[in-house]
Amino acid sequence: MNEKILEVKNLTKTYDGLEAVRDISFSIAPGEIVGLLGPNGAGKTSTISMVLGILESTAGSIRINGFDVRHERTKALTYTNFAAIYAQVPGNLTVYQNLYIFGLLYGVKNLRARVLELLKEFDLEKFRYTKCGLLSSGEQTRVHLAKAIINEPRLLLLDEPTASLDPSAAHIIREKIRSFAANDMMGVLWTSHNMHEVEAVCDRVLFLSHGTVLLEGDPKSLPKMYGKQNLEELFIAVAREPLLLELE
Amino acid sequence: MDFKRIYAIFLRQMFLLRHNWTRFSNIFVWIILDVVMWGFITKYLNIIGNAEFNFVSVFLGALILWNFLIRVQQGIMLGFFEDVWSRNFINLFASPLTIGEYIGGLILTCIVTSLLGLFAMLILASVAFGFILFQFGILLVPFIVILFIFGLALGVFTAAFVLYLGPAAEWIAWPLPFFLQPFAGVFYPIAVLPGALQIISKFVPPSYVFEGMRSFLFSGTVSVFSLWVGIGLSVLYLFLAYMFFISIYRSAVRKGRIIRFSAEE
Repeated sequence: MNEKILEVKNLTKTYDGLEAVRDISFSIAPGEIVGLLGPNGAGKTSTISMVLGILESTAGSIRINGFDVRHERTKALTYTNFAAIYAQVPGNLTVYQNLYIFGLLYGVKNLRARVLELLKEFDLEKFRYTKCGLLSSGEQTRVHLAKAIINEPRLLLLDEPTASLDPSAAHIIREKIRSFAANDMMGVLWTSHNMHEVEAVCDRVLFLSHGTVLLEGDPKSLPKMYGKQNLEELFIAVAREPLLLELE
Repeated sequence: MDFKRIYAIFLRQMFLLRHNWTRFSNIFVWIILDVVMWGFITKYLNIIGNAEFNFVSVFLGALILWNFLIRVQQGIMLGFFEDVWSRNFINLFASPLTIGEYIGGLILTCIVTSLLGLFAMLILASVAFGFILFQFGILLVPFIVILFIFGLALGVFTAAFVLYLGPAAEWIAWPLPFFLQPFAGVFYPIAVLPGALQIISKFVPPSYVFEGMRSFLFSGTVSVFSLWVGIGLSVLYLFLAYMFFISIYRSAVRKGRIIRFSAEE
């Protein structure tokens, strides 16, 4: 697959001399789900924020669907959307109102029909007139995901999308995202601290540590390559002994 | 500029107004109280002044126009604060929305809320106190234009200021017009100010409105040139406020303040 939905090249972010992200490069192909993993403070949220254009990189470039995020921001972001645990939709608007407004922002055609379709898809019809602030965390997550795919993005960024869901709801959401990615050829960048989830969903993972990509590969075969039983063990090693892994 | 995205920002504010009595009444309550209070004060002044001078036209007219300016500033500011309070910046600025479209949406909202407030004040002042706004004739157009554009400039400037300093700076935004009030000559001629303060007044666009209003009521003439100066200054301040907002936004994106806005770094 030569086509790239997301192409990140030599991305660096420095805050007052401190490198949060250091010269990372990666890409995502259509239909591919890539896990962005790493301990807290590894640079995952900074990377996602730079892809979304809400944080300016110190160096490097980001292209979404061929458009440079820095110079062609509006075009690039038209093909993108996201759901993150720290970016809730306004709680004082109803589910329908929120989806309608974000649909307008993303230039969705046949918006009313699309919103109704999403309400059905995410089992939110009964909450159509409910203010988002009154929903349970699991229901809010479904609203965030509905908002995240309202424009049928080519690139979907998910920052711990199932963190507040029970195992059954999380399973349903994972399956939905997998089917969206496969059917719509949507590239997905997924961060999670649930390694079983990552193993089940991601085609490829990138391990970030201290702002750099330490390891990259198939989540099923990568642990064995580094003498670990599973992805969770590998994660712990990355978090505690990144230098040893670098030497291997 | 995409009108759909401007409309999205406007519609969000309209949804909030339409379904919330508390928010909707905020457009009217303070200004109605102000008009009632000043209406009675001017009536009393008319009585003790033996009606040689119509306080209703001068004071109530000035009050209505000054309140209009404040409503415009607050219209922009409250729209912006809604996004501060609901921590909505990441959702908005990670979408294709541009800063120009965001400000455009807030301006559209503010046109509706400030005009509703203006009409409420006019109806009350004319019914209860016999105030006739149309006594200013066509002059009302430049008066409203200057105050509206300058109110927008103040609103955009205060929004940028809060974006720079974080949510804790919200309190600074409320009294800002009152810092300018002494130089605007709302209730007295600029000539009563000391010389140095009169110079400052020349840079405050509303001073041209209130001086013009008094000049028209007392002598029946207004300097057209001074009204053009008022319009020119207002447009200049709006442009500067917009550029200020853009530079603050760019600095926030560079320093990561958009993603950590509530942390007030």
